[in-house]
Amino acid sequence: MTMIRHHLPDALLMGYAAGTLPEAFNLVVATHVSLSDEARARLGAFEAVGGSVIDDADAAEMASGSLDRMMARLDMLPQANARAPLAGDAIYPAPLLDYMTRGLKWQSVGRGVKQAILKTDGAASARLIRIPGGQAMPDHGHKGTELTLVLQGAFMDGNRRYARGDVDVATEETEHTPMAEAGVECICLAASDAPLKFHGLLPRLAQPFFKI
Amino acid sequence: MAIGDEEVDWAALVLRVRDHQDRAAFAVLFRHFAPRVKGFLMKSGAGDTLAEECAQDVMATLWQKAHLFDPTRASVATWVFTIARNRRIDALRKARRPEPEDLPWGPEPEPDQDAAMALQEDTMRLGKALAQLPEKQRALIERAYYGDLSHSEIAEETGLPLGTIKSRIRLALDRLRHHMS
Repeated sequence: MTMIRHHLPDALLMGYAAGTLPEAFNLVVATHVSLSDEARARLGAFEAVGGSVIDDADAAEMASGSLDRMMARLDMLPQANARAPLAGDAIYPAPLLDYMTRGLKWQSVGRGVKQAILKTDGAASARLIRIPGGQAMPDHGHKGTELTLVLQGAFMDGNRRYARGDVDVATEETEHTPMAEAGVECICLAASDAPLKFHGLLPRLAQPFFKI
Repeated sequence: MAIGDEEVDWAALVLRVRDHQDRAAFAVLFRHFAPRVKGFLMKSGAGDTLAEECAQDVMATLWQKAHLFDPTRASVATWVFTIARNRRIDALRKARRPEPEDLPWGPEPEPDQDAAMALQEDTMRLGKALAQLPEKQRALIERAYYGDLSHSEIAEETGLPLGTIKSRIRLALDRLRHHMS
């Protein structure tokens, strides 16, 4: 397992446990949890809260004959086979690979930076980003929340270093210029629940075009 | 004499379903959990008919996936909650839900009894701590799980006492990794 220094905030893990995040954020959480047993244990704790909520839920009476119908149905239910776990590879954990296998189109967004949109529905979007070593991400601020999970290489955001498994959470107030470390290409999974605002002229023109 | 719910060993019943397709054990689980799942789904915005149907499906999934239940990592209520949550996403939002990579099972087919017992006790303590939270805070947490709050509306500091149960699950994961290597 990877040594993670920058973890997901509680609100996002709780949202994932509760099942209320947009799909693109779910993808970042599922990928992050695949890389960190600490995150998996924290998620388990938030799911235990859900267990308590359901245990204390006001019971709603089941329809009459419900149990009988259920019992009659049991014999017809095939035993679910233990799924052969879908394995990730050295860079991309399984939940992410699952999305990538449905077609990945890399587009150049300038300065050697490439991105590929992952198809998700709902109010957020997800994309993979590849930044050459030593290169800066295009300067951008945000509306809403942006999550950036590192899969390979590392980047600096201010004086904080983000490496494989780390998540950078940027909010409305954040104006930042993440800079990939010299050396290996930095690959990240990013999700945002509002379009990014780029400040340079070219990226701004490209933005509606590339859906970022 | 009726047995108080707190004294029922739910995990043992799921293991009976897993090992013997024990229908009587399943019926006990159904009577306890199905109405709660239905209540949970109705609080989440499902109508009576849909909630009834989904609660049945959740219990069917419990029957079919009993072999995937790990009592060292989750209580039965927690496991049922995750099944109900996924069913709700499927039914109400018709959305896909990416799941974390599965952890393969270690070579030991039997979960560690002591670890399972400790997890159940920690879960019970968590439930009691939740019940003792100030009413306003507890209501907010419930609303988050019923799907009434977006992640940006969830407080950054939840004030939930999750350290103990998190450490317990972490230990179970470490054991699993140890067996795998």
